[in-house]
Amino acid sequence: MTQKLVIIGNGMAPGRMLEHLFEQAPGLYEVTIFNAEPRVNYDRIMLSPVLSGEKTFEDIIIHGDGWYIDNNVTLYKGHRIVSIDRNARTVTSDHGVTESYDRLVIATGSVPFIIPVPGKDLPGVITYRDLDDVDAMLLAAQSREKAIVIGGGLLGLEAAAGLALRGMDVTVLHVMPTLMERQLDPAAGYLLQKAVEERGIKVITKANTKRIIGTDRVEGIELDNGTIIPATLVVMAVGIRPNAGLAKDAGLAVNRGIVVDAGMRTSDGDILAVGECAEVDGMVYGLVAPLYEMARIAAAHLAGDTKPAFVHSDTPTKLKVTGINLFSLGDFADGDDREEIVLRDATAGIYKRVVIKDNRIIGTVLYGETSDGAWFNDLKKKGADISAMRDTLIFGQAYQGGSPLDPMAAVAALPDDAEICGCNGICKGKITSAITGKGLTTLDGVRAHTKASASCGSCTGLVEQLMSLTLGDAYNPAAVTPMCTCTELGHDDVRRLIKAKGLKTIPAVMQELEWKTSCGCAKCRPALNYYLVCDWPADYADDYQSRFINERVHANIQKDGTYSVVPRMWGGVTNAAELRAIADVVDKFEIPMVKVTGGQRIDLLGIEKEDLPAVWADLGKAGFISGQAYAKGLRTVKTCVGSDWCRFGTQDSTGLGIRIEKFMWGSWTPAKLKLAVSGCPRNCAEATCKDIGVICVDSGFEIHFAGAAGLDIKGTEVLGLVKTEDEALEHIVALTQMYREQARYLERIYKWAKRIGLDEIRRQILEDGEKRRAYYERFVFSQQFAQVDPWSERVSGKDKHEFKPMATVGFEAAAE
Amino acid sequence: MSWIAIGEIDDIPLRGARCIKTPTAKIAVFRTADNAVYAIENRCPHKHGPLSEGIVHGAAVTCPLHNWVISLETGAALGADEGTVRTFPVRNDNGRLSIALAEPALAAAE
Ligand SMILES: Cc1cc2nc3c(=O)[nH]c(=O)nc-3n(C[C@H](O)[C@H](O)[C@H](O)COP(=O)(O)OP(=O)(O)OC[C@H]3O[C@@H](n4cnc5c(N)ncnc54)[C@H](O)[C@@H]3O)c2cc1C
Ligand code: SF4
Ligand code: SF4
Ligand code: FES
Repeated sequence: MTQKLVIIGNGMAPGRMLEHLFEQAPGLYEVTIFNAEPRVNYDRIMLSPVLSGEKTFEDIIIHGDGWYIDNNVTLYKGHRIVSIDRNARTVTSDHGVTESYDRLVIATGSVPFIIPVPGKDLPGVITYRDLDDVDAMLLAAQSREKAIVIGGGLLGLEAAAGLALRGMDVTVLHVMPTLMERQLDPAAGYLLQKAVEERGIKVITKANTKRIIGTDRVEGIELDNGTIIPATLVVMAVGIRPNAGLAKDAGLAVNRGIVVDAGMRTSDGDILAVGECAEVDGMVYGLVAPLYEMARIAAAHLAGDTKPAFVHSDTPTKLKVTGINLFSLGDFADGDDREEIVLRDATAGIYKRVVIKDNRIIGTVLYGETSDGAWFNDLKKKGADISAMRDTLIFGQAYQGGSPLDPMAAVAALPDDAEICGCNGICKGKITSAITGKGLTTLDGVRAHTKASASCGSCTGLVEQLMSLTLGDAYNPAAVTPMCTCTELGHDDVRRLIKAKGLKTIPAVMQELEWKTSCGCAKCRPALNYYLVCDWPADYADDYQSRFINERVHANIQKDGTYSVVPRMWGGVTNAAELRAIADVVDKFEIPMVKVTGGQRIDLLGIEKEDLPAVWADLGKAGFISGQAYAKGLRTVKTCVGSDWCRFGTQDSTGLGIRIEKFMWGSWTPAKLKLAVSGCPRNCAEATCKDIGVICVDSGFEIHFAGAAGLDIKGTEVLGLVKTEDEALEHIVALTQMYREQARYLERIYKWAKRIGLDEIRRQILEDGEKRRAYYERFVFSQQFAQVDPWSERVSGKDKHEFKPMATVGFEAAAE
Repeated sequence: MSWIAIGEIDDIPLRGARCIKTPTAKIAVFRTADNAVYAIENRCPHKHGPLSEGIVHGAAVTCPLHNWVISLETGAALGADEGTVRTFPVRNDNGRLSIALAEPALAAAE
């Protein structure tokens, strides 16, 4: 029988644990997760690049909503567990949900430490832990005023660098004499301070905060020595504490963190703890590498294998501020029993220090030039005796064995068990064997299969070097991904060249752009056909043999080779005559399944291909045309009943939806296009997860776009508010045309928008009236050729061969 | 084995396919870009998708259900996938096509 596994907290540690568990023991547990943060599992390490603008939140999601569905995991977002009842074996959330467990995993992470000074609770004083904190910082940064970061450690400096990049005037207050003193010795700390100051960030060391000033919100900080520094934002990044209160209340053994044994079991054998909240062998951790190790062990124990045990190992620290390279590992305090080797190069801004005890490396600090980090880490881990290379050790791996090596040779020389990705504990051999064994050729592929470079990303350079070593010329990181194996060109180049060279047929494209195959493949042909349909609406003759079967026969193929038929129902509105006609068709053709779709219309399933024209003929008599439910093109416009019926309706949402659908039907787009119009912000038509959506409000029409509710789930972005229906239509049409002209085949609007940037789209569609008008007109022009009902064409005899067998043989013989 | 006339080459669209119905199986007849004609069973080795509905490229077809690529010459799945469909000899006499069927393919199951 499946057991119930409940997890408190949905951070990086339990996420990794579940990946291992589902691999080792699929189906063993029914999993429920409660997460105080209202979101899926994401890469917390990468919040700083989100803050600085180098990444978006979508980029750092580890498990999208689809993952939870696929693995049958129930995730309660925004539910904080407030109590654990160990007798009843239940947990209860702040929203009153109670869930029972057979096994419980506590993974509540850490809470940021707040220094107990007056004013700490003022609005504008925040910590740095999750996405909400990043959002708060981004909001504050819009003012471009002054910010103070308290704490000159890893987190504080990343926050400071991000805020400075966002245009704030930032001061870092650090209580110790040098920055990052726990990871860096004073010399490296000094170099770091200079580099931070070069980015326009002020650094005050030995700064003791006395109080935070402000009445309604923060106005500044007063230091011990009376200095007053004004600020509208204060970020406290002075350390973290294991979040163990819940466990303590439940009567579990708690010291600094929740006490667990080497198998991650707490003092109650049915309850495990993993992540920053756990304390194992007297140690608590704040970097992911050991937490991932905990995850691996907890998963094994949950799967029934109780052998694996957690062992401590040092994790190197790196700072993720673009342009600052530093690496710190192990113990580097001075001492009589230790010896140190130092290299300084002031002009190049390099400082390296290796601390040695009994001829073995116990600590390393590298600043400015960190490529030997992996090598030093490897020597330390193995406890290698370095006496033979003492004189050249500090110059790095390249200088061992006489002549200097290039960086590639240095990577080549690393042993197979040398660790490359510290976060995930992935060694060189595992990466190279995955590259060769699985035929990986892209960084994304390596990330997917090995997890190397998939967490903090600081080993990406090493992984790329490994890839070029293993693959030789076959690896070309700068290259665009080709459309398919028939060409070296990417989609964007092909689109550009089609226009630039005036190529108007598929053979012309293949000839001019030097296709490697005679007539393409099932990947490039439909793409080219779309590009030509879109770019030359008046000239290009649609090549049906380059379309997928659904678009060729204008129905959706099903798993048994029959088809489904969906007539258009404008805006989801129908009437008795239409329903009667559908009912008659169902009876006449003995259609086995009739289903209401998610797009507000009716699907007739299980129709034999040969019957399609006759079905369409009957539907056509009742006024139906194809709903194009099969098309990479305009699908549906969902609507609510709006101001005509609904007591909340602000505009005629049904009327607008029908108008849009009548205007846009028949148009081909790079991927399917689904729209919706809601009559008020209650949003009954679910417009905010559509490709394009409209929310009617009293003052007009709010236009949304780039939502998704399929494999990925994503709320829409707002394009802008317009006053009239006419304007709404013009904006929607122009946006669609921009997407049609620019996106890659099969790229949904949210992916395209992310690639080219929301601001660019707003600039062209919302702000630049001339551009918008031009897009609109190009769309209208192409509609003359697109708005032909494919069903009535086929009823009149077009493509007859599609619907009839070529010959029927052998039945006479059988009849004898 | 018997040769049976099935129609003209122009009945099949270029880079397309048509079906032949027999009592025991459906056979897909393909015409490639360079006018070669092949006949294979209309049943993908993966999950029995109708290969005649796929996109034809070179001497291969991509199954419409999950994109396996099947060689028209050998009937074998190309690339990483494994599986084979039956192939049938086809003769092209100046555009008139006939295919060779083994008797069991003709006879209905009794
Ligand atoms: C900005 C930043 C940069 C970092 N950079 C690095 C780096 O470069 N390298 C590195 O190794 N590490 C880095 N870290 C640390 C790393 O992110 C953490 O060690 C790791 O995320 C901890 O994982 P976890 O699963 O233990 O806890 P978390 O990821 O913190 O997850 C705990 C979750 O539990 C939830 N929760 C808490 N209490 C409850 C409750 N009662 N009920 C329900 N849910 C609850 C919380 O909302 C939270 O979502 C960084 C951290 C931050 C914030
Ligand atoms: S979205 Fe608003 S107007 Fe439309 S049905 Fe819902 S409540 Fe009524
Ligand atoms: S209809 Fe859609 S959701 Fe349902 S099984 Fe098919 S692809 Fe999946
Ligand atoms: S049935 Fe042909 S690929 Fe699946």
